[in-house]
Amino acid sequence: MLETYMSPLWISLSTVFTATVITFFTGIAAARWMARYQGRMRDFIDGLLILPLVLPPTVVGLGLLMLFGKHGPIGQMLLIFGATVVFSWPATVITATVVAFPLMYMNARGAFEQVDISMENAARTLGASEWRVFWSVTLPLAWPGVAAGAVLAFARALGEFGATLMLAGYIPGKTATIPVTIYFAVQNGDMNQALILVLIVLFIVFASLGALAYFKSKTYKVVTV
Amino acid sequence: MNSRYAVYVSIVLLLIVFLCIGCSTSAATVNVSAGAGLTDAISEINVLYKQGRPDITVIANFAAAGPLQQQIENGAPADVFISPSPKHMDMLEAKHLIIENTRRDLLRNKVVLIVPGDSTLGITGFKDLTGDMVKKVAIGDPESVPVGMYAQEIFIEYGIMDALKSRLVLAGTVRQVLQYVESSNVDAGVVFMTDAKTSPDVQIVANAPDDINNKVVYPVAVIATGKDRTAAVDYEEFLFGSQAGSVFEKYGFSVIGR
Repeated sequence: MLETYMSPLWISLSTVFTATVITFFTGIAAARWMARYQGRMRDFIDGLLILPLVLPPTVVGLGLLMLFGKHGPIGQMLLIFGATVVFSWPATVITATVVAFPLMYMNARGAFEQVDISMENAARTLGASEWRVFWSVTLPLAWPGVAAGAVLAFARALGEFGATLMLAGYIPGKTATIPVTIYFAVQNGDMNQALILVLIVLFIVFASLGALAYFKSKTYKVVTV
Repeated sequence: MNSRYAVYVSIVLLLIVFLCIGCSTSAATVNVSAGAGLTDAISEINVLYKQGRPDITVIANFAAAGPLQQQIENGAPADVFISPSPKHMDMLEAKHLIIENTRRDLLRNKVVLIVPGDSTLGITGFKDLTGDMVKKVAIGDPESVPVGMYAQEIFIEYGIMDALKSRLVLAGTVRQVLQYVESSNVDAGVVFMTDAKTSPDVQIVANAPDDINNKVVYPVAVIATGKDRTAAVDYEEFLFGSQAGSVFEKYGFSVIGR
């Protein structure tokens, strides 16, 4: 009995945790790069990175299916190694990462762009390498925004449904995340299961929003001398 | 002042338009809820019905039996229900949601095992599904999709349910199972023969055992909460007529009594 709730919860948590970690690092990397990049393709690349946020999830799902499916470019490459992505647990991570990425990217980039460049320059004059400048100066100053991005990415990944259903399918015990399980519980008339899962999601979401409020309240005060 | 007046007038006009859309139908409407596998047959039959009864509009709603039954229980506007399994009709009957003497068995069908058209796995029967080369098998969700229910019964009968449990990909409708097999993202699937016939990208490799196939029956009934009972009864009669019968047979259904 408990299995019917523990399974989707476990799948959702492992999927979302993995996706958030991946999104965290790739989002920061992309944001750092784009915050500096002044080339002509700036707006185009920016639009491309934000695309999954504005597209309907079913369009994202279809795109990923065409990419990773048996006849798709990445799918065919993976077949050489005997691996398939469609209807597997990694597919849940892929869809969650893709839809959460824009949120992490946008928040991190906004945070980086707001860092006072004179702080970074001061570090440079003191002989710090670019890497050290990033880790010791930029990132700590941008941290509230970056953390907020991570929390939003987490929440979005948790709620992902359409694309996940298309790429990972409904396989209880393997790819059935909480949103997908709720959908089929309703389809099967099992309202009790659906409601309990909804309560679990609400609890997790409120905890995330609490974390978000906490991070937003932390602002670093810059003291000028 | 003028532009604000214009806004008020536009809002009132829009409201009038929306109210009229709701009440304009002087013609009768029949809402048909049917299993997803009946999409092609019923759509074609509805066109024929319209030719003979131009004053009646038929609106078709296709989904798996589970959702359809729930929609009816929750008061959705349905006049006629064609269920791919007796079980869901029984549930409605138990709640007195169908008009008793309108329940009749309409169609029969066969359950089949299909594989992608380009499959090289050499699957020739249900028992082959336990082979190591078979990684994923698609069936309808047994809780709400009739053909998924039958698939589960077949697996249990052949004693392969435990072996297959971890390889099953559950779909929301029978057409979704078909699509999964068509796209080669699964190695095999269980659908009705009528669904398999609609796709050139799958091959039928086995039939379900007779005792399962003999259980497959599609009952029809008029819903008690429907609006236009006369039109609904007329539509149901049409389903049992020879025009509809030809269309059903064209798609591979067996019409009971023909």
